Amino acid sequence: MFSDLLSSNTQWVLFSTMMLGAAAGAAGVLSYWKKQSLMSDALSHAALPGVVTTFLLFQTKQLFLLITGAAITAMAGTFFIQLICRTTRIKEDTAMGMILSVFYGFGIMLLTIANRSSGNQSGLDRFILGQSASMTESDMWSMLCLAFLVAAVIFTGLKEWKLYLFDPDFGRGIGLPVKRMDIVYTAVLVTTIVIGIQAVGVVLIAALLIIPAASARYWTHSFKNMLVISAVSGGLSGVLGTLISAAGSGWPTGPFIVVVAASFFVFSLCCGKESGLLVRYWKMKRQKKQLEGIFPSSVTKEVR
Amino acid sequence: MTATVLRVEQLSAAYQKNIVLRNVNFQVQAGSLTGIVGPNGAGKSTLIKTLLNIHPALSGTVTFFGSPLKKVKKRIGYVPQRSSVDWDFPASALDVVMMGLYGKIGWLKRPKKQHRELAFKALKKVGMAHYAGRQIQQLSGGQQQRVFLARALVQEADLYFMDEPLAGVDARTERAIMDILDELKKQGKTVMVVHHDLQTVTDYFDHVLFLNRTVITHGKTEDVFTEENIRKTYGGSLRLKGVTGDHVFRLVKQ
Repeated sequence: MFSDLLSSNTQWVLFSTMMLGAAAGAAGVLSYWKKQSLMSDALSHAALPGVVTTFLLFQTKQLFLLITGAAITAMAGTFFIQLICRTTRIKEDTAMGMILSVFYGFGIMLLTIANRSSGNQSGLDRFILGQSASMTESDMWSMLCLAFLVAAVIFTGLKEWKLYLFDPDFGRGIGLPVKRMDIVYTAVLVTTIVIGIQAVGVVLIAALLIIPAASARYWTHSFKNMLVISAVSGGLSGVLGTLISAAGSGWPTGPFIVVVAASFFVFSLCCGKESGLLVRYWKMKRQKKQLEGIFPSSVTKEVR
Repeated sequence: MTATVLRVEQLSAAYQKNIVLRNVNFQVQAGSLTGIVGPNGAGKSTLIKTLLNIHPALSGTVTFFGSPLKKVKKRIGYVPQRSSVDWDFPASALDVVMMGLYGKIGWLKRPKKQHRELAFKALKKVGMAHYAGRQIQQLSGGQQQRVFLARALVQEADLYFMDEPLAGVDARTERAIMDILDELKKQGKTVMVVHHDLQTVTDYFDHVLFLNRTVITHGKTEDVFTEENIRKTYGGSLRLKGVTGDHVFRLVKQ
């Protein structure tokens, strides 16, 4: 088993899931502060029918075409969510749930057809739960490019993203191209999702966008550091998850990556430097002690 | 004769199906400090947002310094409502003030030392020098409001719009903010402030704009701040107890 790990094949699979995890981690910070974490989940589910339809129509896995297809259905999904919110009394979370499941169901239906017609054995599982074993060299390159793209987009416009996420109204007032940034943001998100689908699967790619960002929040008060920490935690989750899944035969990568990411989150929640549970408990205890020094009699257990 | 810095003609704006502003016309002279007053839902915030094209206008024209907004954006400063943003965002007070300098720094360029110094100076001016590195979430409401004001000050604009800068701040902060507004006025800058406390209008503002979906009246405080105009703006459900001697009005709910 461990000899497998050392083969060059496994090494670049590890490398690519690391790159994917890092890219998703950084992109996830954007959606975290845009308060659209759940939207990224809806987007990923809505991207599935687009990917499969493109594959059925053109019989190709050329990345650019797949992304275009995914973007179209993902946009259609968001459009329907907004349409439902605007024209009916249904609230956004309900609308998201509806669109998410309907598009996903539709995607799986198409996937079954694609599987039948092309006879591609590994197709179905790969798209739903991710299968690193079936990743090709071109997948690795696309993940590498994705990581560079995401890093370049975020870090060249770091101060603009800050303003865009913190106070878009003020940004508009001073001439920040908020509408264009909306497009760039959505493009980054959709590209990450589509490339990530192959490694982690459509169900769990959203977790890779959401969890590392949530973990990173417990370690820093700086936007830049949050991006870096989220990217590192996402990248580590990618590597460790892939390593564990490589131990078995035919184990899907997605779930393992997500479980590793989740354990990072639990660790951050407890031990995080900024308002982690332990730190909070320790601070509260210290304050209580200080207070006892000043007003010995007035401190009871009820004092917070 | 002072110059007209802002001219609004036939302005209308809507949120989805509800028309919030209808047929708004007014002009603002340079160096004036105007209070925009009106009941909740009168469209005060919407007016500012529509003027700055943050919210789309349905119709009408707005001219700043004789030019359309696009050409003079850098001469206009804006302080949004404090509650309009999430203060949990990972940024320091200095980070937020720096945002006011983005236009000067240039898009996609990194801020330099001189920009950081400018931002620090602005924080000092609002009495927040000690809090420059503080995480914004750990600031009190009044301190957050001062940070927003500092962010507008670094813009070094000629015309300022402020959306309820005095909402939920204590008396000391209110005094500090008003001192800064007075200073801006002395420098010949024009300031428009959405304001809620009718009792302080005469003390704080030299012009008043009564707004309720449209301009009820607009002019010098001593001319237009009358019981009749307040009643017209706020509707008949309020009875006014006027102490006309020193221009103080109290609103009493019937």
